Amino acid sequence: MSEAHSRPKLAVWKFASCDGCQLSLLDCEDELLAVAEAIEIANFPEASRAVVAGPYDLSLVEGSITTPHDAERIRDIRAQSKTLVTIGACATAGGIQALRNFADVEAFTRIVYARPEYIATLAESTAIADHVAVDFELRGCPISKTQLLEVISAFLAGRRPVTPAHSVCVECKLRGTVCVMVAQGTPCLGPATHAGCGAICPAYDRGCYGCFGPMETPNPAALDARWGELGADRARRERVYRTFNAGAPAFREAAARIAAADEEES
Amino acid sequence: MSEDASAAPRYLERADFDRLLEALAARGYTVIGPRVEGGAIVYDELSTSAELPIGWGDEQEGGHYRLRRRGDAALFGYNLGPSAWKRHLHAPRVKLLEAARDADGRLRFERVPAPQPRRAFLGVRACELAAIGVQDRVLVDGAHVDPHYAARRESLFLVAVNCGQAAATCFCTSMETGPRVQGGHDLALTELLDASRHGFLVEAGSDAGAALLEALPTRAADAADIAAAGAAVANAAAGQVRQMAQAGIRDALYDRLEHPRWDEVASRCLSCANCTMVCPTCFCTTVEDVTDLSGEHAERWRRWDSCFTLDFTHLHGGPARTSAKSRYRQWLTHKLAGWHDQFGESGCVGCGRCITWCPVGIDITEEVAALRALPDPSANGAS
Repeated sequence: MSEAHSRPKLAVWKFASCDGCQLSLLDCEDELLAVAEAIEIANFPEASRAVVAGPYDLSLVEGSITTPHDAERIRDIRAQSKTLVTIGACATAGGIQALRNFADVEAFTRIVYARPEYIATLAESTAIADHVAVDFELRGCPISKTQLLEVISAFLAGRRPVTPAHSVCVECKLRGTVCVMVAQGTPCLGPATHAGCGAICPAYDRGCYGCFGPMETPNPAALDARWGELGADRARRERVYRTFNAGAPAFREAAARIAAADEEES
Repeated sequence: MSEDASAAPRYLERADFDRLLEALAARGYTVIGPRVEGGAIVYDELSTSAELPIGWGDEQEGGHYRLRRRGDAALFGYNLGPSAWKRHLHAPRVKLLEAARDADGRLRFERVPAPQPRRAFLGVRACELAAIGVQDRVLVDGAHVDPHYAARRESLFLVAVNCGQAAATCFCTSMETGPRVQGGHDLALTELLDASRHGFLVEAGSDAGAALLEALPTRAADAADIAAAGAAVANAAAGQVRQMAQAGIRDALYDRLEHPRWDEVASRCLSCANCTMVCPTCFCTTVEDVTDLSGEHAERWRRWDSCFTLDFTHLHGGPARTSAKSRYRQWLTHKLAGWHDQFGESGCVGCGRCITWCPVGIDITEEVAALRALPDPSANGAS
């Protein structure tokens, strides 16, 4: 193994998020020593208070941009990072907090805070890539720790990470899970959702919730028509696209289209 | 096969069916056959007939599959489930090679040997035998032999079953692959079940099959057995409600590459790749290289891929087939037209899996009919 000082420097950054994705790194219990041997964990407040100053070879960025301050901070982080990888639905699509994008944030602050005038917040929660150049986006709410290790290993080897952008259906078929939509009539978001979780929910007889956001070429309109035939009502069909990846363009448009059709009919 | 092997058919009582499984086990075969799992019939290891889908049938339509009780004790009264035998022959994931750095820092490559399991497939339908034949021609018979497929294929013992009924999605009669088993099997069974009896007409299709048949407690099949078996297969043929006319299909599709129907079907297609995953002849794979954190060890894996993914045509700069239209057209025209040019036959066996397991029920027979109903307005001299 190479000398400690020659290891690439890793930094982990947090924006508006629950910390779940960066904790996936600490969750890599069996591989954590190998991670620490391969890369210098230089800035990772969840793991250590010891911070090594930048610049950093690899920055993992969790969370979305929701404040003017964070919109500035991400530029500084980008400037200090040779490679910047965003991890999780917040960082790649704005997260669950992107539901604010469809509501009145000022009204929220008036209800929640005693002194709303102290709250400096943006009208929308947005992905990191909306603010700075991102070298790679790792999807998921939360991300898969296997995929995180793959991204770090790929970075170290200077290769493209193996994180296919096809549908969750391919993962079901690879593992031999019988399609819950066809065999049980369970509405499933799998055909429109990015692979990566390993198709966990259908393996437990549940439809996919879309945690990994839109797949590479989603067709939510056609999938939505089928959901309707399977008995899912308008509210449910709209809501399913308004979760962790509500801000991802394909899901945002799908929910808007379903909502608009609803208004037209009523 | 020698002349003797095609000797007169035999009759095996249902009560003696486990003798067949025991005889296969005694010859060292792991038996893979139909079982009920996850609300469908799938092919998995089994050791007794009690594990078979006794009394189960199914209901199938575009995007729809449900298991149904038949009200009898048939062992093979179901139609095709989602998982083709290719799962066991052309495995979803195969490790091809490993690489590691030795003490001198040099990379050493090691090919992963192909496992050679000794297996018997039980309950292979006529269209599925045809599909195995199609994959044989692609993966073994050509200039480039896939050693992993070949190793799994080599010691295979095939117990086929003639269909006694058809699903609404079946169209093997159009593809001339069934419902009667046409070859490539070691044994072929026809289940005979009525008020007076429950048994199987058994016919050998190979010397190995004939030898195994001799070891079973059977009697000579009589004229009534043979007639009943014929009626069962006739019922499966008569029950097919879907067709796909094959005459001229290759040129008809090539003449319609800009037909408006491609846009129409693309508006419904999810590009989810389910059709290609369940298709018993789709053979495409991709290769993925992974390294570990230390950089001292690497692996190369092969996994099923699909012409519906963008990576499938990723060349320098991006994917070649960016629209759903171009991907659906590629799949359909390769399966039904290009396959003739490439391998001298159709790539479709009429199993109907792509119809049933498409989440939105896109029907290959309907799409072809719609394409052929009208000429391509942009083409000259469309047939």
